[in-house]
Amino acid sequence: MTRQMTGAKMILQALKDQGVDVIFGYPGGAVLPIYDEIFQQNDIRHILVRHEQAAIHAAEGYARSTGKPGVALVTSGPGATNAVTGLTDALMDSIPIVVLSGQVPTFMIGNDAFQEADTVGITRPCTKHNWLVKETAKLSEVIHQAFHVATSGRPGPVLIDVPKDVQFAEGPYTPMQKAKSTRYEPQIKGDIGAITALVEMMEKAERPIFYTGGGVINSGPAASQLLRELADASGIPVTSTLMGLGAYPASGKNWLGMLGMHGLYEANLAMHGCDLMINIGARFDDRITGRVEDFSPNSRKAHIDIDPSSINKVIAVDLPIVGDVGHILEDMLKIWKSRGRKTNKAGLKKWWTQIAEWKAVKCLSYEQVGKVIKPQYALERLQALTAKHDRYITTEVGQHQMWAAQYLAFDEPNRLMTSGGLGTMGYGHPASLGVQLAHPDALVINVSGEGSWLMNMQEMGTAVQYRLPAKQFILNNERLGMVRQWQELLHGERYSNTWQEALPDFVKLADAFGAKGIRVEDPADLDDAIMEMINHDGPVIFDCLVEKHENCFPMIPSGAPHNEMLMGNAETQGVIGNSGAVLV
Amino acid sequence: MSALNIKKGSSAHSAYDLKNPNAEVIESHTLTVVVDNEAGVLARVIGLFSGRGYNIESLTVAEINEEYHTSRITIVTTGTPQVIEQIKAQLGRIIPVHSVNDLTVEGPYLERELALFKVTGSGDKRVEALRLADIFRANVVDSTLESFVFEMTGTSEKIDAFADLMRPLGLTETARTGVAAISRGTA
Repeated sequence: MTRQMTGAKMILQALKDQGVDVIFGYPGGAVLPIYDEIFQQNDIRHILVRHEQAAIHAAEGYARSTGKPGVALVTSGPGATNAVTGLTDALMDSIPIVVLSGQVPTFMIGNDAFQEADTVGITRPCTKHNWLVKETAKLSEVIHQAFHVATSGRPGPVLIDVPKDVQFAEGPYTPMQKAKSTRYEPQIKGDIGAITALVEMMEKAERPIFYTGGGVINSGPAASQLLRELADASGIPVTSTLMGLGAYPASGKNWLGMLGMHGLYEANLAMHGCDLMINIGARFDDRITGRVEDFSPNSRKAHIDIDPSSINKVIAVDLPIVGDVGHILEDMLKIWKSRGRKTNKAGLKKWWTQIAEWKAVKCLSYEQVGKVIKPQYALERLQALTAKHDRYITTEVGQHQMWAAQYLAFDEPNRLMTSGGLGTMGYGHPASLGVQLAHPDALVINVSGEGSWLMNMQEMGTAVQYRLPAKQFILNNERLGMVRQWQELLHGERYSNTWQEALPDFVKLADAFGAKGIRVEDPADLDDAIMEMINHDGPVIFDCLVEKHENCFPMIPSGAPHNEMLMGNAETQGVIGNSGAVLV
Repeated sequence: MSALNIKKGSSAHSAYDLKNPNAEVIESHTLTVVVDNEAGVLARVIGLFSGRGYNIESLTVAEINEEYHTSRITIVTTGTPQVIEQIKAQLGRIIPVHSVNDLTVEGPYLERELALFKVTGSGDKRVEALRLADIFRANVVDSTLESFVFEMTGTSEKIDAFADLMRPLGLTETARTGVAAISRGTA
């Protein structure tokens, strides 16, 4: 028997059926009936954020750290437009989230009503799919379909726009099992012929490399296990994009470190010099490839991706395999084992000798001298003092993000939540709250810069209200460091608007929010301060004053190939002239 | 001089690779896309083209199956072979899209377009317009003492050719439907 209920009740029922336990949101006129239903139930917890953008990022953090879809609820008009950045972020990084937005009543749509916006129009290019539901009878089915679309194939954000009269009206509830399925069923299994061809290439290759991405993590924990098994058994080196860190452990014997614009020397040169590149769930992003014409010029390339539109989009590949990473790795392993676990041992030996030479360059070395904390040192100490914890890291966007990727070690998937594709400053703080919600007992740290952090600092209120002890680890150089670095290297040291003159006192700010503030300036005090942060049972703003003019290296300047990396300030000196004195 | 020795006029200081995408050979392809006829579906298709910088030479759309509410969109687009492949893959990603077919590569196919031409004038020009319309098998669907409306169906090239001939004979208004296309034979 079908149950009749209001649209608002239907939403809560459908979310419950989908296994949702927490939603992030912000109320408003067009979602009042839904909030009324939230008030009258106890199955789903609602987290009141301080800005709708933060609701989406928190849902992303929740989703990335659990593998389950994150859910957010926003009102019409400004509520929905504030969600746009988060939706775009989730689309770029393939994060499954379901956003419900309120809309003005159906009979007022198109009249420029109060808080009306064409939400499905605005969010069409920044969602995987979206729906405007005009009949209560269809609402529950659409919600179930939305979860399917968000989580199947290449995951992504979806949005359901629900006019207020649809929330009030009654209709029949369609349970999850009875919901009409969409035709959307992406290809999961890879073509066996192509996989066999890839195994053959793998067996013969002299200089193979696995170039892994976020697709390995999105495929689920089993995919990471299979990658480890395949890499360790075959002896093929592994590098990863920012989004894929943790799929292969940083402590693993075949690990080369992150590749790309601020990737490690050995990783980028191995990409440039390989004769077989096996791309697993990555998308040849421009931060990875550098100059496309000179990208890994002497290699044959295979590309495993669940999204057919990723194939040949940027780099033409020799062997595309469309399907889910986990399933394809499973088949690869099976076929490789059944053929006798062959590798080109002589070739690999030479390859590893070459890689060892590149590693010996020690591209991440820096000098911690004097009384000023180097940001790299702060992260090395953070790594050393938190390695044994059940630790989740989020980051904002900029230099600190790249240093976090370089100096923190990720041994498990779903442990690094960062805005890779869109590069959204302000992502990390709300994301850290979403992660903490999903993992109440874990140590959650948002590695941040002071610029990014101020973009969503209002979320300290959320952290304090819900007692979410996520730590805000701010590498404070009083500069918009990455932009400043580009101005130094590429714009004649004209530091246009990259210095924030009136920064808040972060310790007092923490106090004002009812949280704990810690400031550290002296390298000698750093360890104690980090321990104090870890041991404090509550949210902390950690203001770590660091070297103001430190640049992030290695760096592939945009438009350059992998083998033309800048390794440190020394390589940029001399051409900068007298004003080079500002360099430290 | 900057630290990186960037050549004058180079786009290397940009975060993006600004090479000219038109450097390669440009092809024209006729795609047919079957979609669920739901609100916003055309906007999704058009938005994909504008958002990713693809060209639309012609686009037509109408419901073709009342029972299942499916529409068929015919798109004539241009681009390098890599871009054409991208367009097809991106279209395939849209949730309400059932199928994407590239008639240009899948075998022989027919293209037709319907056009209405208003030609005004009198005397010899009027006689000549009518004579040419007959040669092109265009129908007269409206007539006054000073004007004709010709209706013709054909390939875009044929319609272009007819329009060129009518121009000096008093062509004042043109309406074209855009291309509809279908494969030949049983395929």
